[in-house]
Amino acid sequence: MNHTMSAPAAGAQARYFQLLAQGRFLIQHCQDCGRYVFYPRQLCPHCASCALRFVEPKGTGTVYSSTVVRRKPDSGGDYDVSLIDLDEGIRMMSRVEGVAPGAVRIGMRVRARVALGGGQPMVVFDPCQEAQ
Amino acid sequence: MNLNDLRGRSAIVGVGTAGCGEAHGFNDIEILALAAKAAVEDAGLKMSDIDGLCTASLGSALWPLNVVEYLNLRPSFVEGTNIGGSAFVAQLLPAMLALEAGQCKHVLVCYGSTQRTDPTPRRARSEARDMLDPYPFEAPYQPFNPPSSYALMAARHMYQYGTTERQLAEVAVAARRWAQLNPEAFARGPLSIEEVLAARKISDPFSIYDCCLVTDGAGAFVMTRAGRARELPHKPVYILGAASAAWHRQVSGMHDLTVTPARESGQAAFAMARLAPKDIDVVQLYDAFTINTILFLEDLGFCKKGEGGAFVENGAIAPGGRLPVNTNGGGLSCVHPNMYGAFLVIEAVRQLRGGCGARQVEGARTALVHGNGGKAASSQSTAILASADAGVGFR
Repeated sequence: MNHTMSAPAAGAQARYFQLLAQGRFLIQHCQDCGRYVFYPRQLCPHCASCALRFVEPKGTGTVYSSTVVRRKPDSGGDYDVSLIDLDEGIRMMSRVEGVAPGAVRIGMRVRARVALGGGQPMVVFDPCQEAQ
Repeated sequence: MNLNDLRGRSAIVGVGTAGCGEAHGFNDIEILALAAKAAVEDAGLKMSDIDGLCTASLGSALWPLNVVEYLNLRPSFVEGTNIGGSAFVAQLLPAMLALEAGQCKHVLVCYGSTQRTDPTPRRARSEARDMLDPYPFEAPYQPFNPPSSYALMAARHMYQYGTTERQLAEVAVAARRWAQLNPEAFARGPLSIEEVLAARKISDPFSIYDCCLVTDGAGAFVMTRAGRARELPHKPVYILGAASAAWHRQVSGMHDLTVTPARESGQAAFAMARLAPKDIDVVQLYDAFTINTILFLEDLGFCKKGEGGAFVENGAIAPGGRLPVNTNGGGLSCVHPNMYGAFLVIEAVRQLRGGCGARQVEGARTALVHGNGGKAASSQSTAILASADAGVGFR
């Protein structure tokens, strides 16, 4: 939580993707009600405050739900789509990598990583080694 | 005026469909117009009697204007709110208010889509919509939507409550068995639980049979005040309660994947109707996916949360079961032209009038209609309908 910054002169969404392009995954923290916010907004959805700051999350979370999207092998094969609950109490859609799509389990502990290779940068998750 | 005073003050007096299944060579508004004509004539009215319009479309943001021009209407009440496939159930309440206030006398609610046979590829149309209305925090992960969003709900429901793929398959097979009794249904071939379980997966746990049809189809119905309804040819179907709830847009914005806004819309609609689930004779639930039927049976109070899977076992919602659900075959086996809401109302009206042939629910006097909207059970709309002989005490 060391890295905080005040909102610069751009919308929250543009700022989020600018940071992501630099390999940095940040979520918002409300300076008024103390809750974390994702996806990035101009107003806190809990208290309507504008005092939202981008902060670095711990990066760890838990798989809340998961599906395997079926795709032909010559189009790239099956892939995972999961909902991840970050330890800060926010939920996001993502993909769990490092295990076969069908091996992703609800309740699995995962850690965030910014994948920069090929196309747009995106946050993906890897299974965590920490004690469950 | 209290909203609950609207109970039984308006009625549905005409219904019509057109182009259901495949409507080769036709476009959206052409079959919409044919369904509208059928509904207006069924009501014993002329198109020139229509002075209120409710409609919505997935492709056009200003769709009410397309319909106004095509049908040459001059409506004093126009309602085009689009909260997804449930829109035509959601539009009941504003139409009831407009009728009660005297803003209009005869409201036409109408929809049409030829998505199945449209020569423009579905993928291109879907991509155009996504460009205009993007999902920047979900699209990078390529969920195959809407199936993947509802599959995530199903996976969570299975994890939390032990719901099984076999129970989901029960929903698909029940819908097919009703469709086999409905000559207007699109998918009427034999279907067993084993076939559903063995079918090609789309987005786990869903196979192709867990997902609604992609068909053409148009549906329309006409509403008027109760007093006027009694002057018209058919037995009026009164609207006892109607309510909507909207909680989120995307599945990642859904607080609890096992609870939908149907809990709120259902409670409000039942409160207005002064009825409870035990009073309902026939149920029409928007079954875009098999999990929807289970979620809505729970959220609307037909069973407890987590018990929807067990509730549908052993043909319980199929013909001859304990609760008749989706008696036309539903979105899974009858018709699903992008937005299905109008067809829920039409089937409920047909059941309450009687004369549904092999699929008629004997003695059906009350019906629950429940619409689902959006990519992730995002909005929910519930209505309670009844015939005059329901004995539930309304004017």
